[in-house]
Amino acid sequence: MITMDNVTKTFDHTIAVNGVSLNIKAGEIFGLVGPDGAGKTTIIRMLTGILTPTSGELSVLGATNPEKVKHRLGYVPQRFSLYGDLTVMENIRFIGSLYGETTKKINMLATQILDFSKLLPFKDRYAANLSGGMKQKLALAAGLMHRPTLFFLDEPTTGVDPVSRREFWQMLYQLNKDGTTIVVSTPYMDEADLCTKIAFMHNGRLVSCAPPEELRQSYPYKVFELCTPDRNIKTRLGASVILDINSFGEKYHLITANIPNAITEVTDAITTATIPITALNEISPTLEDVFVALASEVN
Amino acid sequence: MYAVEVTNLSRRFGEFTAVDNISLKVKTGSIYGFLGPNGSGKSTTIRMLCGLLTPTAGSGTILGLDIAKNTEAIKHKIGYMSQKFSLYDDLTVIENLNFYAGMYSLPRVNGKQRIQEMLALAGLENRQHQLAANLSGGFKQRLALGCAILHNPPILFLDEPTGGVDPKSRRMFWDIIYNLSQQGTTIMVTTHFMDEAEHCDEIGFIYNGKLIATGPPSQLKTALPGTLLEIPNSKPMELLTTIQTKQLPHLDLYPFGAMLHVLVTPDNIQAYTALRAKIIAPSLEDVFVYLVKTHREEDLA
Repeated sequence: MITMDNVTKTFDHTIAVNGVSLNIKAGEIFGLVGPDGAGKTTIIRMLTGILTPTSGELSVLGATNPEKVKHRLGYVPQRFSLYGDLTVMENIRFIGSLYGETTKKINMLATQILDFSKLLPFKDRYAANLSGGMKQKLALAAGLMHRPTLFFLDEPTTGVDPVSRREFWQMLYQLNKDGTTIVVSTPYMDEADLCTKIAFMHNGRLVSCAPPEELRQSYPYKVFELCTPDRNIKTRLGASVILDINSFGEKYHLITANIPNAITEVTDAITTATIPITALNEISPTLEDVFVALASEVN
Repeated sequence: MYAVEVTNLSRRFGEFTAVDNISLKVKTGSIYGFLGPNGSGKSTTIRMLCGLLTPTAGSGTILGLDIAKNTEAIKHKIGYMSQKFSLYDDLTVIENLNFYAGMYSLPRVNGKQRIQEMLALAGLENRQHQLAANLSGGFKQRLALGCAILHNPPILFLDEPTGGVDPKSRRMFWDIIYNLSQQGTTIMVTTHFMDEAEHCDEIGFIYNGKLIATGPPSQLKTALPGTLLEIPNSKPMELLTTIQTKQLPHLDLYPFGAMLHVLVTPDNIQAYTALRAKIIAPSLEDVFVYLVKTHREEDLA
């Protein structure tokens, strides 16, 4: 559905996207993850025809110029770009009319889409008075008015409350099941886990591109979860078999090389440092662990 | 001893109430996490505490200074850093630090030493002459922090300091915050990453302008009714649909990374044994899913 072959985009002296090649198949929920400035938005803008690559080839739904297949693409930009002084319904009907549908069809579709995005009870509210989560749902609804086959969303859930975030993903999942291919960027690692394939971007480069399960399996270290009330374990475990320590409140992820008997060695190191252990277990790495490792390799 | 004490603080903009009757206390030397979705009133509250915005109602003190009357005195004693790092892109690292040292009127000799300390803290010793514009997000963030604490403020406000920064830098940043707190700095930080909230001594959760829960993370976690189960599954969304179709009994059900979380009453745990469900302690994200849901229902009622 989408191919990018060695695509680069430069702005003056900045290389925003650097030699990226990837394929996105029909039916995928393709996740673009990475810190700000990694190149996620630039990729989405090139694939939607807003920006032209500086070099390299791309093809979207068979067209080398995405502009030609625009009517089949949906796009929700990072910033809310609807009209605050129009109501929810007015916004949706306005967007519908831009695509030249008949009034009858627009009305039918608008009701259907607002029902799907759970915004129907708020249809007469001004967009400016919606919560952050509802604004994002409205942006999603607007992007669906011309029923795109390929749907791009740029960080749709940043700063949205934990419940709206999950409702939003349930909608994406439903759309995907109904046949829409989805390309979405996110800073939340738990959302990356809901994608069928994840592209991890760093400084304009594609560092890895694989399904979440595969990324976890190719993780080259072991992760142990330590629960301890001790808050000062980092300095005391400095020179040991433990390569890195990530803290999550009273839980710590201890990273070691993939060695046999790692659990014994880790237990010894903790005991020697006289750190009290509430619990210690080997766990499978989270995607965040995986990306920390990948980002360190690149640096 | 409290570094921050506010009572019934409100701020309205025209018809809109951004902050609605908030009371809170922050212990000296602690890390206070101020959490909530965008637009819930976090930044407005912080601006009032910093003396940048006058409250519509209510009162409070920072380090014993009145937030409505002593705004100038407050500004000298606080450090403030926001997600929009206020650095000069066309100045180098050292020029940015020198500029801030001048703004805070640090004496020349002490200033020099302090700038060296900040370079070390940010890991920027070898990048002193690099333009701020050319730094990566993580370095920019640590430089912005260095600039914000050059004058050794006893209290530091961080407004979404880690938004858009890579996971590795996020962690390095938190290590610095821990150190500052251990040296006695009071820290008030906003974030919408719930895993970061686990680092705080005390949490305030704000939703639609109201403070709907406060307490240490461990205490907030006891708010959840029933037992929380975790089901590992590579296709959590599909499993969610299956459980809904089968109508397995639950209080709540939602995806959590490559897991499904199910909140059940204890007598319904066995309904999930076949799915390899495991009883887990809730994380703060679980707590906030619960809090937002209950408050949203109240709003609709």
